[in-house]
Amino acid sequence: MSEFVIRGGEVVDASGRRTADVLVRDGVVAEVGAGLEAADVLDAAGAIVTPGFVDLHTHLREPGDEDAETIETGSRAAALGGYTAVVAMPNTRPPLDDPTVVRAVLAIGTEALCEVVSSGCITRGRAGEALAPMGELHALGVRVFTDDGSCVMSAGLMRRALEYSRGLPGAVVAQHAEDDSMCAGGSMHEGAVSSRLGIPGRPGEAEAIIVARDIRLAALTGARVHFLHLSTAASVDLVRAAKRDGVPVTCEVAPHHFTLTDEACATFDPAFKVHPPLRGAADVEAVRAGLADGTIDAIATDHAPHTPETKERPFEEAPPGMLGLETAAALALTELVEPGILTLEQALAALSWNPARIAGIDDRHGRTVAPGAPANLCVLDPAATWTVDPMALASRAHNTPYAGRTLRGRVRHTVLRGERVVLDGRATR
Amino acid sequence: MSGSGADAAMVLRTTVFSADDLRRAHTRIAHEIVERNRGAADVVLVGLHSRGPAIAARLAAAIAGFEGTEVPVGTLDVTFHRDDVGLRPLHPAGPTVVPVDVTGRVVVLVDDVLFTGRTIRAAMDATTELGRPRSIQLAVLVDRGGRELPIRADFVGRNLPTRLAEDVRVRLVETDEVPEDTIELWGPPETAGEEVEA
Amino acid sequence: MKHLLSIADLTRSDLDELLDLAASFLSVTQRETPKVPALRGRTVVSLFFEDSTRTRLSFETAAKRLSADVMVFSVATSSVKKGEGLRDTVATIAAMGIDAVVVRHAAAGAPRRITEWIDASIVNAGDGRHQHPTQALLDAFTITQHRGRDLSGMRVAIVGDVRNSRVARSDVQALSMLGAEVTLVAPPTLLPETLEGWPCSSAVDLDPLLPDLDAVMLLRIQHERDASTRFPSLREYTARYGLTEARARRLRPDALIMHPGPMNRGVEIAAAVADGPQSVIGEQVTNGVAARMAVLWKLLGAGGDVV
Repeated sequence: MSEFVIRGGEVVDASGRRTADVLVRDGVVAEVGAGLEAADVLDAAGAIVTPGFVDLHTHLREPGDEDAETIETGSRAAALGGYTAVVAMPNTRPPLDDPTVVRAVLAIGTEALCEVVSSGCITRGRAGEALAPMGELHALGVRVFTDDGSCVMSAGLMRRALEYSRGLPGAVVAQHAEDDSMCAGGSMHEGAVSSRLGIPGRPGEAEAIIVARDIRLAALTGARVHFLHLSTAASVDLVRAAKRDGVPVTCEVAPHHFTLTDEACATFDPAFKVHPPLRGAADVEAVRAGLADGTIDAIATDHAPHTPETKERPFEEAPPGMLGLETAAALALTELVEPGILTLEQALAALSWNPARIAGIDDRHGRTVAPGAPANLCVLDPAATWTVDPMALASRAHNTPYAGRTLRGRVRHTVLRGERVVLDGRATR
Repeated sequence: MSGSGADAAMVLRTTVFSADDLRRAHTRIAHEIVERNRGAADVVLVGLHSRGPAIAARLAAAIAGFEGTEVPVGTLDVTFHRDDVGLRPLHPAGPTVVPVDVTGRVVVLVDDVLFTGRTIRAAMDATTELGRPRSIQLAVLVDRGGRELPIRADFVGRNLPTRLAEDVRVRLVETDEVPEDTIELWGPPETAGEEVEA
Repeated sequence: MKHLLSIADLTRSDLDELLDLAASFLSVTQRETPKVPALRGRTVVSLFFEDSTRTRLSFETAAKRLSADVMVFSVATSSVKKGEGLRDTVATIAAMGIDAVVVRHAAAGAPRRITEWIDASIVNAGDGRHQHPTQALLDAFTITQHRGRDLSGMRVAIVGDVRNSRVARSDVQALSMLGAEVTLVAPPTLLPETLEGWPCSSAVDLDPLLPDLDAVMLLRIQHERDASTRFPSLREYTARYGLTEARARRLRPDALIMHPGPMNRGVEIAAAVADGPQSVIGEQVTNGVAARMAVLWKLLGAGGDVV
């Protein structure tokens, strides 16, 4: 394989920050230090060299909805966003509840521009009735089990899944925490805005109720629970208390939940429809605080492509979800680091090494940039500004809620297993 | 047409009617209406918003004075019958109220200034939707020329050829919050090269 | 003003102008020839994704009395049933060269989205639970016809399935803009979870309010929007909130009884009350045509933006 040096950047990883060149040879970091030479040079002047990002929450839509996204297009969007690994959510058609489907996704993923890590369903068909073959999926490398898009509503079944996962090393059960019975028919956050717009709501309590329940189940079973896309102050408080009590829980927040509020829904543009929904300003403040004090472990995109046709339906009839892979890091820099809510190191931890650890892929992602580590790296220009153009994104779909927004921070290069998959802001394949 | 355009660049050209002139013109027009129709028994005076209703009321009072006949007075808004809908902002200036059935009667439309004739065309349409008058006549205080339709007035206070850039300003006690009636001709200070419209 | 999507988009002077226009058009509709040529050559399309014969006929009558050409896009027999998307449907209609689209849709915000896709004026004829601005206009017009333009100090109760009601959302805004004090009356499960930002108050008991009301508006229970799961039975609802004859007798003799229709006689309003002397329900229908003429004229005729 090739040899090149990433020159002139500031290396930031879990061990701290220092100015250093990084020599990559045969897919691994060969040397880190000053004045390194190679025939091939990747310019990192003024930029940050960091372990590639890891997304715990990506909807790649393949198989079943390839008109919205494919593993190839989704992984290209991921690479452009600085990600070297994404956890593919299981709500494909068919869902990832069967070894055959998981094998197929992993096989296609070997050609992708980032590592595609398959999640697996907790229950068959994500129907919440019977356990999926978690052991068989675990044998294929699945560590994150989730019915994402659906909440496991039965406390009894959730308990069984947690108990069973204790027999699967490294496994974590990830919950989409929203009580269905309280959200039926709801399309946005329940509050003054939904009342004014006449759009049925999804109350914040629907999330906190499940978070509270599953914290008790984690304590009861001793199994790890991860909460997907937390969005309310009450949920963050519950997780903070649970961590203090030593309960094995982790959680993530999506960029839209720390950048947007339910007021955006007043445009009736379904680009702003997502589950859990955009909340009020106090909830946004609370998740920002949760990131700052470490209650929230990871920033995860909930990248959810939808075709223009489906997003052109009226708000209540359009599917929930928004693109995230190409904007997440820039939003973290613009909305969290720049105003001083997070340090740069905290933001990168939430984007890279914390989620790598949760997903059980910290042997190859999110590692300290040191000789011997697989070369999964991102070179990020923190000062570059750019304006989000939905049509210019690499995703097959265009449903970003940030159209026209100018963000600070852009990925310059992404290196996957030593391959330069993004060079000067462009995907190389 | 009239009363519009408080353009600072405009200057007073001439006073067309003083209050006394106007009183005499009303009296004369009232007499002409009665003379033409051999009495006032079948006459309905219909004033076009915004100043026509006041003028129609004055004519009715004059007729009552010398003829002893109470002539019915109506008001007409022609906004919804205009042919320039969509070309400029249009708002109804008042209600359409004609207190008698116009069928078989003589409707005298009353307005302050006759210019292009388009308002009168709209008024004739609006009138015929109320019924089928025996005839429709037209009374105006000023005919300023500039017709764009084959319409002429039956009763005219004064013929006043004007240029397009000029403005006939009518101010009545009832409608314009002035102490006494005036009708004035205003125009731009320089008029060289302008075409006479009438 | 290009579109009418929500009462919230109107200023007080817009509302006054529309009420003035409605009065002008009411006199037009009462003439022997109840028609004016105002919108000759303009084309108005009615596009109803949700059934409503009443509102559709009212709009079509209004457009015809203004001499506009009226096209009816029947969703039930159209390509929409064959899976065509909203954007394609309206783009097709727009391509025919039309001036206004009157839109009714079961989902909130659909008319607003359409304004982003085509150039024609859009009139919201009811979108989900969100807004029904012409209904509010005709309701306000009906009350002002009886009580004059200034409704300061007037007490109006809107009773029933408020949470599902676009009429309530629009009426509260229009009537409060004219000075009325509006109280929403319903079991808590039929009110929105919060009334923050609503210029009105709420109550769970109708009876104490009755003697002080200037107008009472009854709303239909919207079974199609899950309302019936929100209280135990219709019998219990009628017993607590129905405008029965006994309750109607406790109203002042000059209090107006209103209903946006369609009525469920014997549920939210007793048949005898609906037909009684204080009912202005029939006037609401008549005024609806005048109010919609006012809206179509204001959007298509009065503006002068065509030049």
